[in-house]
Amino acid sequence: MIPPVLLELAWQFGLLSFLAIGGVNALIPEIHRRVVEMEHWMSNADFAQAFAIAQAAPGPNMLIVSVIGWKVSGVLGAFVATVAICAPSSVLTFAVAHVWDRFREAPLRVAIQHGLAPVTVGLVLASGYILARAADQTWAAFAITGATTALVLVTRVHPLWFLAAGALLGAFGAV
Amino acid sequence: MSAGPRPPIAAAAIPTRLALFLGFMQVGLQGFGGVLPFAHRMLVGQHRWLTEREFNEVLSLSQFLPGPNIINLAIIIGNRFRGPLGSLTACLGLMLMPFLIVIALAALYARFADLEWVRGATIGVSSAATGLIIAMGFKMTVPMKRIPWQIAVAGVTFVAIGLLRTPLLWTLAAMAPASVAVAWWAMRR
Repeated sequence: MIPPVLLELAWQFGLLSFLAIGGVNALIPEIHRRVVEMEHWMSNADFAQAFAIAQAAPGPNMLIVSVIGWKVSGVLGAFVATVAICAPSSVLTFAVAHVWDRFREAPLRVAIQHGLAPVTVGLVLASGYILARAADQTWAAFAITGATTALVLVTRVHPLWFLAAGALLGAFGAV
Repeated sequence: MSAGPRPPIAAAAIPTRLALFLGFMQVGLQGFGGVLPFAHRMLVGQHRWLTEREFNEVLSLSQFLPGPNIINLAIIIGNRFRGPLGSLTACLGLMLMPFLIVIALAALYARFADLEWVRGATIGVSSAATGLIIAMGFKMTVPMKRIPWQIAVAGVTFVAIGLLRTPLLWTLAAMAPASVAVAWWAMRR
């Protein structure tokens, strides 16, 4: 008998796999809505921690899904959630990849790409907003987010340095 | 200097499954704050499995289709060289180590979350990482600077998802066709 919570994880993230237009960063508001607001699997603070843990590990940013699965139902939960976010879209990609090359210059394909690009931008900015509300409970934390945003935009420093700086400031009690 | 044509930089040899596995594993382990630049370096620069142009084509398809972009990329490239098993190998190589590391980190965090400095460090990381996402969003707006309808679409999507918390399914069902229709109309004009 498969525990119901694993089926629920598989269903929720399997569905999200098809909605992940523009990758997992664009999906964060919807993951938050389902996991925190609808399913009550974790609090706002837990969500921010899961995001931080996923960012602190190397690898794709979809790891936040693994951490959420782990929080909900341990290692098995992590595995189920990770496979669920990858598998449906992967099957689709596998099926479409051959066909797609033939339509490389088709105007409809170009229109679809031009049309979806700004939707993705809106989604990613919404992710930033939702995460800032979940993560930045103090003025100092808010300032770290603001400073990181500004510095990324005007310098070419590797992103890892910002995470390290944030960790150090936090560890010494600045947030 | 010899005037002959430069040798093609494309796929020197078809990678074995093991090479695919190891190549993508390397990408997964290096990728802090976004794996795509590392995938580019591995595929085009280091192994020359793809030319610059081929990479851009595969990338744009990976980003266009739903799902994690880097997984889609691994699926397409794995399949191109080694069929369905190649896809599976590339994905496994990409995900195995990061998955184990992130679970170890989550377990460590759960064990030491009572320590004040661990909690603080985590908050600091999530605040900084949030800044990375916001900056990425702003960078993505650059190509649409002079295209008012694209700015409007991005704005409406932001308000619907971020402020009004509309379900993603309904938002996409409304925004995606509308935005593609405008793009189509703008192209025809």
